[in-house]
Amino acid sequence: MSPTTDGRRPRIVVVGHGMVGHRFVAAAVERGLTATHDVVVLGEEPRAAYDRVALTSFFEVGADALSLLPGGAYDDPRVTLRLTTAVVGIDRDARTVTTAEGEEIAYDELVLATGAAPFVPPVPGKDLDGCFVYRTIEDLEAIRTAAAPGPDGTRKRGVVIGGGLLGLEAANALHQLGVEAHVVEMAPRLMPVQLDETGGATLVRHIEKLGLTVHCGVASTEVLDDGTGRVAGLGLRDADPIAADIVVFSAGIRPRDGLARDAALEVTPRGGVLVDERLRSVTDPHVWAIGECAAPAGVMYGLVAPGYAMAEIVVDTLLGGTAGAFTGADMSTKLKLLGVDVASFGDAFATTPDALELVFSDAVAGLYKKLVVGPAPDAPDSWVLLGGILVGDASAYGLLRPMVASGMLLPDNPEELILPESRGALQLGLPDEAVVCSCNNVTKRDLLDAVDVDGAHRCEDLGATKACTGAGTTCGSCVPTVKGIIEDYFTAVGKAVDTSLCEHFALTRQELFDVVAVHGYRSFTEVVEGHGTGRGCDICRPTIASILASQLGGHVLEGETGALQDTNDAYLANIQKNGTYSVVPRIPGGEITPEKLIVIGEVARDFGLYTKITGGQRIDLFGARMEELPAIWTRLVDAGFESGHAYGKSLRTVKSCVGSTWCRYGVQDSVQLAIDLELRYRGLRSPHKLKGGVSGCARECAEARSKDFGVIATEKGWNLYVAGNGGATPRHAELLVGDVDTATLVRYLDRFLMYYIRTADRLQRTAPWVESLDGGLERVREVVVDDALGLGSELEAAMARHVDSYFDEWKATLDDPAKLARFVSFVNAPDVPDPAITFTTERGQVRPAEPDAPVDLGASIPVGAPR
Amino acid sequence: MSWTPVCTVDDLPRERGVAALVEGRAVALFRTYDDAWFALDNRCPFANASVLARGIVGTRGDVPFVASPMLKQPFGLRDGVCLDDPTVRVQAYAVRVTDGVVHIGPALTDQPTDQEAP
Ligand code: SRM
Ligand SMILES: Cc1cc2nc3c(=O)[nH]c(=O)nc-3n(C[C@H](O)[C@H](O)[C@H](O)COP(=O)(O)OP(=O)(O)OC[C@H]3O[C@@H](n4cnc5c(N)ncnc54)[C@H](O)[C@@H]3O)c2cc1C
Ligand code: SF4
Ligand code: FES
Repeated sequence: MSPTTDGRRPRIVVVGHGMVGHRFVAAAVERGLTATHDVVVLGEEPRAAYDRVALTSFFEVGADALSLLPGGAYDDPRVTLRLTTAVVGIDRDARTVTTAEGEEIAYDELVLATGAAPFVPPVPGKDLDGCFVYRTIEDLEAIRTAAAPGPDGTRKRGVVIGGGLLGLEAANALHQLGVEAHVVEMAPRLMPVQLDETGGATLVRHIEKLGLTVHCGVASTEVLDDGTGRVAGLGLRDADPIAADIVVFSAGIRPRDGLARDAALEVTPRGGVLVDERLRSVTDPHVWAIGECAAPAGVMYGLVAPGYAMAEIVVDTLLGGTAGAFTGADMSTKLKLLGVDVASFGDAFATTPDALELVFSDAVAGLYKKLVVGPAPDAPDSWVLLGGILVGDASAYGLLRPMVASGMLLPDNPEELILPESRGALQLGLPDEAVVCSCNNVTKRDLLDAVDVDGAHRCEDLGATKACTGAGTTCGSCVPTVKGIIEDYFTAVGKAVDTSLCEHFALTRQELFDVVAVHGYRSFTEVVEGHGTGRGCDICRPTIASILASQLGGHVLEGETGALQDTNDAYLANIQKNGTYSVVPRIPGGEITPEKLIVIGEVARDFGLYTKITGGQRIDLFGARMEELPAIWTRLVDAGFESGHAYGKSLRTVKSCVGSTWCRYGVQDSVQLAIDLELRYRGLRSPHKLKGGVSGCARECAEARSKDFGVIATEKGWNLYVAGNGGATPRHAELLVGDVDTATLVRYLDRFLMYYIRTADRLQRTAPWVESLDGGLERVREVVVDDALGLGSELEAAMARHVDSYFDEWKATLDDPAKLARFVSFVNAPDVPDPAITFTTERGQVRPAEPDAPVDLGASIPVGAPR
Repeated sequence: MSWTPVCTVDDLPRERGVAALVEGRAVALFRTYDDAWFALDNRCPFANASVLARGIVGTRGDVPFVASPMLKQPFGLRDGVCLDDPTVRVQAYAVRVTDGVVHIGPALTDQPTDQEAP
């Protein structure tokens, strides 16, 4: 595209930095539109685009985790993002927009992505203090503040107006904030747009089981005033008012098309900028509208997937493409409430001529499943799926929805699809063009291309496929189907989703863990003879060593297990590039007395070791020859040190900040807790290393949220975060529970760690482990906090056994001549230092000499006799 | 090269290795599960460090091997060939056990290795 008349590059101005505006910019960058255009994005909210679909999880994970643009800026210098900048006017003749500060910004193309606003019915009292909507992070922050119990601990009461998808989500959020929650719906049933009468009635029972109160078929008349301008309750027509402190309006949304109206762009009567199939305003060819503010062919779409499709089409069109046209979208929905399964898809109300309904209903079990089928257009006597409703068990949703979209013929007994316990491996029956992930428009073919063993991507597993195609990364409802498809594919090509640990065991680490527990095995030989082949390798031997250590305790160098350990465990030290070892004594919580510091200094000096403060708040002594380790540790153990397990797949450190004892901000004693936790979990063998952190207040000086478990002090107790990671793929730990006392914290942490140890893969840190669990963190919370599997006491008992049986590995080694016998340089010359190891000095300390020639020991070294 | 006695059978548990000094060279001695004995040069050519005796001993198919403790490259115990890259090889030596004493003997082939004998 040529430059504009005044010589600058053509400029696209995007109004609104929500989910769709962000998608537009991301696509513009990715597809090269910014090579020719500048993009200026003006967003009214104080933060960059975030995942509004997952808005409710803000209460658990906080704003940062929701961000779609974590750095707050695009890498592409052609894109300027300005936040807290509302656009108040458009001058279409001058092609400028005006911001609230009065600044005028010229555009060549204007993209409106202003989204929608919650509709607040014009009832008296709607502006009272205590009335909210549920749309932005700021709304949720305000609701959280209002939901806090009164000074005397009284529980707040809340009413949500609107029993649709969002209303129920909001009501459940209120409930989880500890508010006594009511839902008021004018229609005779919940989710009237998606569910029929029986479906709605079944849902009410599920919702009430969650602890919410549902009022259907009642109209609200006014929000009652307590006399001071605050909400006192909700008045109802023909029913008693509901007393309440909080009222949340969730009675639908209205496109934010005010800017367009003021600029005389045509909008539809029900709201939304009227645009053509390419999302171009029917009034002005230089104005486009995408997302919830747009009404292609007069219809607005209140879901994110259609908005994403629109964004892609506009980018394509501006690039000169002609491929895309927006011709409608899948409005299927699945409710995202913990523990309630509801889905509605396609023609759920059987409005298609000749449609028939197949219904399975079990009122006792709270199940209602309906399939709407119709005659196949060009296959006589065959049927296609048109839509359906699932309440109580929506596990078939991921499979059924793409069946509707693709129009595939139904199997002979379609009722099989909804009968309990009869779900077969139907995924492969889906035609290739079936859209499996509607949020990201990923078809079955896209998935198969991604995993194709001869293809360009060759994704090996679910995680890689998700990352590669984007499938399953938004609402997550398609993940089981995506998983089924790729597993079926791997089975079909004989690449039997190889979950084998290695050539010796056709089992996963988790399966091996169970096998060892069930059979009560105590040695590698028993396990490999019972369930494996050969004599193992560097993969399965340390894995089984770790499993045996987790289950039996005992010394890692005892008997046969000594031969299973990686070199680090085998010598209880970390091997370095020249074959020497490093020594890391435990310094719990990073707290150390001057006396102990002096001992470390003396040991380092006497053995000529390089010393460095580690990233884990302790001190590493490098350059110890293997045969020196016992002498070094004798000195350290005598001074009260113990193994720091820097060599093991086990607990490393629990980092702490100085906390309330010294810090003027500290609200709890973070050092004490860090020491207690480090001592509790020291020596615990696990699938990968474990790290913890404890901060004394929200300033988070201990960086606890980058650890496998992180604890942050609050006024009331502790917040426990889990599954953080530093390393190559950093991840912030997420809140598991908040404001708990120390005993509860330790109980949940015991369960969390043991659950991880039992079920994670070899060398899988907690962050990827949680991600790999079906249900992710929610699943962890069910098991650890809600004790959904009834495993809680067993996991705690397993940890108690670990705590009781802990001993210091180094001290035990020094006390055992058999183990010490391994620490020799040469079996026939135990006191001859390996001459291959040489050092030089640098900055006043030793470092390995660079061995550039082959190691040549010379012939002059005396050879000892066999002992 | 003659036969050098280096230790007794009981000095080395099964499926472990230990370094021995043989005519000035560091040689890694291994004992497998079926009580077979093997010896390789101790130097890992990938890591350029004298460490092979400290690797994990196991099998690949029927081949007994040791994984270098440094970066896990596997070396066949019978001939010292790297199982993942047959162009790399460490010298293997003969081993024999007489009256409970383990002896390390001559180099097993005259193929050149990347570590010449002194
Ligand atoms: C010594 C130390 C660096 C230093 O000089 O500060 C270090 C040294 C090593 N780290 Fe580390 N890490 C050290 C702190 C860290 C930290 C910071 C922390 O713990 O707060 C991290 C990021 C936090 C995390 O783990 O999430 C860290 C992330 C890693 C990783 C990446 C893990 C991941 O999940 O991606 C590896 C590789 C691995 O474990 O597979 C690694 C591996 C290693 C190894 C074991 C690499 C190796 O195989 O030789 C290094 C040898 C340690 C030794 O010889 O003693 N090290 N390493 C630190 C020892 C801390 C301690 O006191 O125990
Ligand atoms: C609680 C909740 C749950 C949801 N769950 C789902 C779900 O499960 N599945 C699903 O598909 N969808 C769901 N949605 C809907 C989904 O979030 C929206 O469809 C999506 O966010 C629409 O994107 P958008 O960019 O059009 O609008 P938005 O994300 O709202 O972005 C519009 C942005 O434009 C800004 N803006 C407006 N006017 C101006 C102006 N004049 N100047 C500057 N900036 C302006 C707004 O402040 C906003 O930041 C949910 C929504 C909510 C609130
Ligand atoms: S996290 Fe809080 S208590 Fe701890 S040192 Fe930092 S400011 Fe102080
Ligand atoms: S359908 Fe929502 S992420 Fe796939």
